[in-house]
Amino acid sequence: MIAELGLAALWLAAALAALQLVAGFLAVRQNAPVGEGELALLVRPAAVVQGVLCAFAFAMLIWLFARTDLSVKLVAMNSHSMKPLVFKIAGAWGNHEGSMLLWVTVMSAAGALIALIERRLPERTMQATLAAQGFVALGFYAFLLFSSNPFERLPVPALEGNGLNPLLQDIGLAFHPPTLYLGYVGLSVAFSFAVGALLTRSVTPDFARAMRPWVLGAWIFLTVGITAGSYWAYYELGWGGWWFWDPVENASLMPWLAATALLHSASVLAARDALRAWTIMLGVVAFSMSMVGTFLVRSGILTSVHAFAVDPERGAFILILLAIYIGGALAVFGLRASTISEGERFALVSREGALVVNNVLLSAILGVVLLGTLYPLLTEAMGVRVSVGPPYFDPASAIFALPMLLVMAAGPLLRWRRDRLQRVGSPLLLAGLVALAGLVVASAWASPGLLPLLGLALGAGLAVASLLPLRGRNLRRLPLATLGMVVAHFGIAVALIGMASDSAFSEERLAALKVGDTAAVGPWKVTLQAVSPVAGPNWNALEGVMAASYAGGEPVLLTPQARTFWAPPQETTESALDTRWNGQLYAVLGKAADGERWQVRLWWKPFVTLIWFGGLLIALGGVLALLGRVAGDLKRRAIRRKGAARRAEVAA
Amino acid sequence: MSERGGLQPKHQRLALVVAAVVALVAAAIIATWALRSQASYFYVPSEIVKDHPAPGRAVRLGGMVEKGSILTRPDGVTIDFVVGDGTARVPVRYSGIVPDLFVEGSGVVAEGRMQANGTFIADKLLAKHDENYVPRELKEMTAAQKKLVVEETTAK
Repeated sequence: MIAELGLAALWLAAALAALQLVAGFLAVRQNAPVGEGELALLVRPAAVVQGVLCAFAFAMLIWLFARTDLSVKLVAMNSHSMKPLVFKIAGAWGNHEGSMLLWVTVMSAAGALIALIERRLPERTMQATLAAQGFVALGFYAFLLFSSNPFERLPVPALEGNGLNPLLQDIGLAFHPPTLYLGYVGLSVAFSFAVGALLTRSVTPDFARAMRPWVLGAWIFLTVGITAGSYWAYYELGWGGWWFWDPVENASLMPWLAATALLHSASVLAARDALRAWTIMLGVVAFSMSMVGTFLVRSGILTSVHAFAVDPERGAFILILLAIYIGGALAVFGLRASTISEGERFALVSREGALVVNNVLLSAILGVVLLGTLYPLLTEAMGVRVSVGPPYFDPASAIFALPMLLVMAAGPLLRWRRDRLQRVGSPLLLAGLVALAGLVVASAWASPGLLPLLGLALGAGLAVASLLPLRGRNLRRLPLATLGMVVAHFGIAVALIGMASDSAFSEERLAALKVGDTAAVGPWKVTLQAVSPVAGPNWNALEGVMAASYAGGEPVLLTPQARTFWAPPQETTESALDTRWNGQLYAVLGKAADGERWQVRLWWKPFVTLIWFGGLLIALGGVLALLGRVAGDLKRRAIRRKGAARRAEVAA
Repeated sequence: MSERGGLQPKHQRLALVVAAVVALVAAAIIATWALRSQASYFYVPSEIVKDHPAPGRAVRLGGMVEKGSILTRPDGVTIDFVVGDGTARVPVRYSGIVPDLFVEGSGVVAEGRMQANGTFIADKLLAKHDENYVPRELKEMTAAQKKLVVEETTAK
């Protein structure tokens, strides 16, 4: 019964999406005056009810997983009655169908939210926006209902479920996909706003102000999702790396790059009424990247930990959706771009100029990542199998990232419209000197490669430069949005230092140890004290007990495990970490080398944690900016309400 | 557009478009060039024996781990083994913790580089993880050559 309720809700939601599309489109066509026209009145309620129905369907799926209803195919395929409850629930989106349902749920919830609260834009633009949102949602409902129905029943209920991939049985799974999806799909709102503004020819600063909080929200979730995903891969895979340029990682990085560019160009549009067409274009590109990412992950065309099932039919379906939406949006853009009048002018040396450079370079990085990700697909079509990894991505993206970081140091110091470099010369000189000092210190400490060295120097300089906009300002009067920018830029510098430091100063030790033996890595001495079996709820493990002492200090205990899951049967390595202020010790227990020795792999990674602290700072900056924008909007609304009330009083 | 705002609106839009196009074309050129030189090609043993990829170039080698070929060196963490595809055999050396399902008679994809002496130095080994996560090359290979490999491995 639960499954049927969920399925019915899903069909109803799809019907409402169709209504939203048709009513919105007709309302825009009729050019009805604000609030009039009966069809126009349907659009917002349709979006809200659609969101509620979809959330209901998703709740039903979670319920099915929580009680392990084995008559439902999806549950039988992906769950197991003996799994801990939190992983049963998280398992609802740890598979293809469930994750697509989550995708659509987030998307319709976002549509419901804009229908409920967004009142700044002309009603006609809103109707076009909601019609576009309904159009996109409709395609994904079709995908769910026709090729990936999560509520399908089995003819005969299964006796026991297949279980969930043990790599995914981690608390990270409970939060990682929903966070990323909120980001991915939040960008659909930017896409719909862009299409709505294009269709009704209202690309204005107001449009940018209305769109910005949504982009900002999506961007915050993407940032958190990428940061968390990176840390998860770091400790769960046991390979000691934090970014593998895996296609699925790239699939989340590409929308982030586009959203970052969009965020900055929307700021120019909101503040200065320039970069109109460019902002619209980025709105389309950002969501296209989300869909490309979904296509890459969901079609199973690329293998990775994230590709649950290979199914060419589904891949073709998403590819068609992709072609319709991106092609359609680009066609509308091509038809209407010439009608967007030119925005305000500005000089190259100005805040706008710096933001344009940032935008162009971000787009270039996006292009590099996109080409590298798709290249294996292109060559495979010609019968050559290749894989593309760090030897390509690291230098090719750095070529554009390094100049971008340079401009990022100077940009926030410049004035809008026009400025002179001499005016900001002395603060930049300070940042440059710090960067130089960083260069000297780093090369004296070790002899890192060129890229890590440049990264360390730039990171140090950027950390200083990002704080300079605060100079001479009253901190209590500082707008929250400005503070957010400073924090986010500082976070970039912190993350950059972490990345560069990890590749410059990491030390690795691989050894076969007898119980009682000691291995040294960096300043650490690690003694293997025991190897003993332990048992968990659905796994057994061998656990190594290691005493690690930093520079001869008090030893800490590390307990890395080699786990064997029995449903489905699989082995995983659980790394053990010890975090200090200046870095992390990373330990992995391997196999028995021979009768009495155990393979042990150890890393000392100085300042590696800065990568994720930096990522969180970037997200925090986004949160501050979002709070500032929303608070400002609420204040404006309150003032307008008061003004209206006073006018009514006067009139009465 | 170096002069301070002295451009006509039309020219400014043109300048923006040109700047964007130039940067994207530069990105495309750099990417293509880097892809040609840095992409790592996939070989099966018979191809690697025939084609001889340049020593030091990153490549991937996929095949079956021959029965009885895994030897652990005295340091306890370096192993030597032979990857074969029924027609050719390539000796491989790897230092590190082997993946869980790396066993003799089973498929493996090794990432690394060939040495001039014909030994393949692997940086990373990918073995069949579970039914949901199989390196793509491996899956195709086992489908095409399973029979052959089964015959070969059971004959001994």
